[in-house]
Amino acid sequence: MEAITKSKWDRPAYLLVIMLLIAFSIATLFPFLWMISTSLRTDVDLFKNPMNWIPSSLYLNNYQEVWTAIPFGQYFLNTFKLTVIITVLQVIICSMAAYAFAKLKVPFKKTVFLLFMTNLMMPWHSIMVPQFSVVSELGLYNTHTGYVLIQLFSGFGIFLMRQFFMSLPNELNEAARVDGYSEWQIFWRIAMPLSAPSLSTFAIFTFTFMWNDYLAPLIYLNDDSLKTLQLGLKAFQTEHTMDYGLLMAGTVLATIPMIVVFLLGERFFIQSVATTGMKN
Amino acid sequence: MTTRRLTHLKTYTAGTLFILPAFVLFAVFILIPLVYGLVMSFTDYGGFNVKPNFVGFDNYAKLVKDDYFIVSLKNNLIYTLLFVPLTMLLALLSAVALNNILHLRKYLRMAFYFPYITSMVSIAIVWGLLFNPLSGPINHILQAIGIDNPPQWLMSSQWALIAIVLVAVWKSFGYYMVILLAGIQGIPEHLYESARLDGASRFKQFLYITLPSLSPTLFMVLVLTIINSFQVFDLVSVMTDGGPGRSTNVLVFRIYQEAFINYKMGYSAAMSTVLFLIIMIISIIQFRLERKWVTY
Repeated sequence: MEAITKSKWDRPAYLLVIMLLIAFSIATLFPFLWMISTSLRTDVDLFKNPMNWIPSSLYLNNYQEVWTAIPFGQYFLNTFKLTVIITVLQVIICSMAAYAFAKLKVPFKKTVFLLFMTNLMMPWHSIMVPQFSVVSELGLYNTHTGYVLIQLFSGFGIFLMRQFFMSLPNELNEAARVDGYSEWQIFWRIAMPLSAPSLSTFAIFTFTFMWNDYLAPLIYLNDDSLKTLQLGLKAFQTEHTMDYGLLMAGTVLATIPMIVVFLLGERFFIQSVATTGMKN
Repeated sequence: MTTRRLTHLKTYTAGTLFILPAFVLFAVFILIPLVYGLVMSFTDYGGFNVKPNFVGFDNYAKLVKDDYFIVSLKNNLIYTLLFVPLTMLLALLSAVALNNILHLRKYLRMAFYFPYITSMVSIAIVWGLLFNPLSGPINHILQAIGIDNPPQWLMSSQWALIAIVLVAVWKSFGYYMVILLAGIQGIPEHLYESARLDGASRFKQFLYITLPSLSPTLFMVLVLTIINSFQVFDLVSVMTDGGPGRSTNVLVFRIYQEAFINYKMGYSAAMSTVLFLIIMIISIIQFRLERKWVTY
């Protein structure tokens, strides 16, 4: 209320803006609503009356069928495994580097840091072809190991964590050193626990990115047993072009984990975006 | 003295060890490919174990005359020219609107941001069905409001690229909105107070205070959206596969096809260099112009 009077909103104008925003938000969410509604209908029902978006009765068979139509469970497990491994390793490796940049002595520190930060400007797409050759020559094409290794370095993560570690007082390290802590122990027992909010932001960012990754798995993973959910969905779409209900049940299931992560960590998402704003 | 030197040495060792894993990964999977890519672009490398030959600037000379490549570059430019202003406009409008309301702000921010975190593949599949000219709801709605011949969307070479731009804008404007919203909230309140005392209208406040104060953030969003627009791949791959014909073939999609479907690694490395140069040029222009254009 205060802000309304403060900035001299008159009531009708304010209501109009709110109404427009609500309408716009429903339009924004419409594809998701349609996706859920379609997944709960038979195709006959859908084609008979396409304008009737609220299903007359819930049809859950699509959700059962999708597990047998493609190796959905296998894809799910692969994606989950890769996403978790990459997130954990990336967060640890990049936090270690960030901690060194912020608190430790490193030879050619500035040069190395600037070199790392070029990663922020350079899209992965411009090196994907030669990177593929390097990974193939290491004998890691079509392996989960190869795919994991190319994802572990993150310029963004190092930048984010360095910002945080720099805000920690140096006295903390000195006191710990006096108490006989090694740098390794200081990192794990003091710096990392203190950085929980930044770590969550970083981890959520990586998790989302990896869960949704499409082009890199498309290039690196060839065997069906190695493929991820996004690849599975794409193949599914090619095979079942007209099975709307089945297709939408698959996308709903693939999206649910992201929705859960989003609802749990919304403030960390917003934080990670705000950090992008600060980067400038 | 000796112990002090020892501890010094020890801190140096620690720092080096802490950075080592990240450094090795960076060197092997980013730095070496970067150099290797440049070398590859001067060869006829075809992947696998076939020995490549050095061909000088042949690949680059071929690029200039390659219709398919030029079409993909042109499509990408059209995509950029549509995607960047539309996304920025929508992001700015929604950020300003959200900043000016009290109710439902959190819900609205979540709703606008949500598409950004969902996977490109899922939403590309959904939008593909929504855009279906016969059975999709978009054309049903258009027909219901009296448009008799709605576009054929993904089936039409005139409309397919536009449809992809619309989906891309829908997916990402919320992300840039959050960046801009953070920027707007960082503008000191006293600037508005004095303007209000002078009787400046809401629109004038936006024009003379919000926009200039926000210019560094707007500039950054401009650069981010441009760079982003040269990386579009997933939507094209899932929604149109570059078609109909070549009408939605864009730069990264072309690189992908040449490298991983036609196995012309050397040639696609030359295309990658072009992509790299485009992004570099944008970044350099950004550095140069930042001080000139941006009013703090």
